[in-house]
Amino acid sequence: MVSSAARSSDGSTVPYYSDAGPRPGILGWILSTDHKRIAILYLVCILSFFFTAVTLGVLMRIELASPGPTIMRPQTYNSLFTLHGIIQIFLVVIPAIPTILGNFFLPILIGTRDMAFPRLNLFSWYLYMTGAVLVFVSVFISGGPIDTGWTFYVPYSLRTTVDVPLAVFAVFVLGMSSILTGINIVTTTHQLRAPGMSFFRLPLSVWGLYSTAWVQILATPVIAITLILIIVERWFGVGVFDPAKGGDPLLYQHLFWIYSHPAVYIMILPAMGVVSDVFPVFARKNVYGYKAIAFSSLAIASVGSLVWGHHMFVSGQSDTASIVFSLLTFLVAVPSAIKVFNWIATLYKGSIRVEPPFLYALAFVVLFAVGGLTGLIQGALATDVQVHDTYFVVGHFHYIIFGGMGFGLFAALHYWFPKMFGRMYDRRLATIAWVILFVGFNMFYSTFLVLGWEGMPRRYYDFPLRYQHLQLFASIGAWIMVGGLLTMFGNLIHAFFRGEKAPANPWGGATLEWQIPSPPPTENFEQIPTVSQGPYVFDDEKKVRR
Amino acid sequence: MPGAEDTMDTSRARIGMWLFILSEILLFGGLFLLYCVYRYRFPAEFRSASTVLSVADGAFNTAILITSSFAVALAVHFLRLNRPKPVVDLLTGTIALGALFLIVKGSEWADKFAQGLYPSSPVLLARSKGEVLYFGLYFVMTGLHALHVFIGICLLSVLAVLTIKGRISARHPAVLENGGLYWHLVDIIWIFLFPLFYLIA
Repeated sequence: MVSSAARSSDGSTVPYYSDAGPRPGILGWILSTDHKRIAILYLVCILSFFFTAVTLGVLMRIELASPGPTIMRPQTYNSLFTLHGIIQIFLVVIPAIPTILGNFFLPILIGTRDMAFPRLNLFSWYLYMTGAVLVFVSVFISGGPIDTGWTFYVPYSLRTTVDVPLAVFAVFVLGMSSILTGINIVTTTHQLRAPGMSFFRLPLSVWGLYSTAWVQILATPVIAITLILIIVERWFGVGVFDPAKGGDPLLYQHLFWIYSHPAVYIMILPAMGVVSDVFPVFARKNVYGYKAIAFSSLAIASVGSLVWGHHMFVSGQSDTASIVFSLLTFLVAVPSAIKVFNWIATLYKGSIRVEPPFLYALAFVVLFAVGGLTGLIQGALATDVQVHDTYFVVGHFHYIIFGGMGFGLFAALHYWFPKMFGRMYDRRLATIAWVILFVGFNMFYSTFLVLGWEGMPRRYYDFPLRYQHLQLFASIGAWIMVGGLLTMFGNLIHAFFRGEKAPANPWGGATLEWQIPSPPPTENFEQIPTVSQGPYVFDDEKKVRR
Repeated sequence: MPGAEDTMDTSRARIGMWLFILSEILLFGGLFLLYCVYRYRFPAEFRSASTVLSVADGAFNTAILITSSFAVALAVHFLRLNRPKPVVDLLTGTIALGALFLIVKGSEWADKFAQGLYPSSPVLLARSKGEVLYFGLYFVMTGLHALHVFIGICLLSVLAVLTIKGRISARHPAVLENGGLYWHLVDIIWIFLFPLFYLIA
C-alpha cells in the first residue's frame, strides 16, 4: 500500500510511550497532545468506568437471582440501574471507539502525524474527565444518587428529591467533549489525508468514524439543550415540560430521542467500521462492496436521525407519527443489512484464518443480527405494544450495544493490541475467553428476550415467582459472561506487561498502521507515505484489484 | 514552505469553526422546536403575551447587534490589510456595543420582573397557559442568547489583546476570523429571536 516511504526501521525508532518528550513522568501523559497518548488516557479511564458499571450490573443480577429483597433496598436498585445506564452509555459506549481507537488510529490510517486540533483533543479529554468526576460526585452529595433511569424522563426527573441537576450537567459536559471529538475527526479526515489517500481508499473503519463524527456534531447539541432545560425547570419552573403550566412532557421525549436514537448509531457505526477492516484481513480477500459499506454508514447516520419516534409508540403521539416513524425504522434496517450481507460475501471463498480478532468480529455479526431483528419486532407498531417497557427491550438493546459495539470494541482491541503496545497476547487464552463470553452473553440476554416476551417489565426491583427460573438462569449467564470479560482483559493486561514482542504486521494487514513499527513512534511516519491503492489489497491475493 | 502550512492551518481552523457553529445552531434548534410547537398550540396567547414586550427596545437592540456585526467584519477586513490599529479599535467598538446590548436586555428583564413577570411568579401563573409558556420560552431563549453574547464579549476581548500583542496578524488571521464568525452567529440568532418574540402581535 505504501509506495514511497515508511518502511520498517525496527530498533531505530522510539515508541510513542517511552519517548522522553519535553515533560517527564505523568505530566508527559496528561499534558501531551500526542493523539496516541490521549488515546491511552481514554483507554485506561474508559476501561475503569466499564468495570465499575459491570460491577453495578452484577449487583443487580445478584438482587434478581431470587424474588423478594435479596441484597439491597428498592431505592438502591433504582439508583443502580440508573448509574449503570449513565456510566455505560455516556462514559463508555458513546466515547469508547471514537476516543480510544479513533484517536490512536485515525491519523495513522489516513497517513498523518496527529489530529487536526491536537490541543482541542486534549481539552476534550479534560472535559470528559470533568463530566466523569461530576457523575461520581453526584452519587455522594446530599439527596442521594440519581434514580430516574438514564433517560431522565420528565415529569419524574423534575419531581424526584434526589440531585438530578448535577448528574444531568455531568452528561451535558460529556456531550461537549463528544462534540469536540466529532469536530476533530471530521476536520482530520477532510484535511490531513496523505497524498493519494482519496476518500475511496480510506479504510472502512475511517468511514465508520467519519459518519459517527457527523452524528456527534449534529445530534449531541439537542440533548445538551434538553438537559439544560431539565435544570432550568427544576430551578426556576419555567413550565416547558410541566402540564400544569401548559407544557408537554411528550416534547421532552421527542427532544431526548432526537439525540438518543442517533446516539445508538454513534455507538454502533464505528464498531461496524472496525469489523469491515478485520474481515478482509483474516479472509485474505478484498472487502466485498466497498462503496456499499461506506455509503451505508452515511445512510445509517442520516436515516437513523429520523427514527426517534419509535421509542414513543405507546406514549400517546399521533398514529400518523407512529406509522411514519415505523416505516423509517424499517428503512434504516436496509443499510444495516447491506453491511451484514457484504461482510458475509467478503468471507465467502476467502482463505480464512481463525484468530481472536476474527472470532470477536464474527460474534459481532451474529449478535448484531439478533439485535437488529429483535429491533424490527419493536419497530412494528402492533408487536411493540406487547414488548414495550419489558425485558425484551433490555435484551434487544444489550444485543445491539454490548453484542454489537462491545464485541466490535473487543475485536478492535485484539486486532490492534499488538500495534498499540508492541506485544502479543496469548491467542489461545483469548479464544477461550471469547467462548466463555459468547456463551455467557447469550445465556444472559436471550433469556431477557424470553422474559420480556412473557411480560416481565424492565426496571422492576422484584418479580413474580413464575419468572424465578428464567431470572436465575439469566443471572448465571451474567456471571459466566463476567468470567469471560475477566479472562479476556486479564489476558490483555498480562500481555501488556509480559507478552512476547509483536512484529510490525502480525496479521498481514495492508492498511498504513501495519507499515510502521509496533508500537508506533511519536511521529507515526518518518516520512508521510504516498498511497497508490486501496486498503485491502493483499500481496498473497493478487488477483483482486480495486 | 511556511506559507503553505499557514494556509492549511487557516482552512483547518475554518472547517472546525463552521462545524462548531452547526452544533450551536442545533443547540438553539431544540428551543426553536419547542417555540414552534407551543406557538402552534397557543397562537392567540402568544400574540397577546408579546404585547408586553417593547418593540422599540427590541428594535434598538437589533440595530446594535447588526452594527456590531458590521464592526467585526470590518475588523477582519483591516486585519487582512495588515492594519492592526483599526482592528483593535473596531473590536473595542464591538465589545462596547455587545455590552450595551446586554444592558438594554437586562433593563428589559428588570422591567418584566418589576411587573411580576418571571417564571413561577404568582402574576404569571394567573395568566393563561399559553402566556406562561411564552414567557418561559422568552426568558430561556433570550437568556441563553445573552449568555452567548457575554461569551462573545469575553472572546473578542481576548482577541483584541492578542492583536495588540501581534499574535493575530495578516499572516495568522484564522483566530480572529473565527471569533468574527462566532459573533455573526450570535447576531443571526437574535435576528430570529426578535421577530418571534417582539413582532407577532
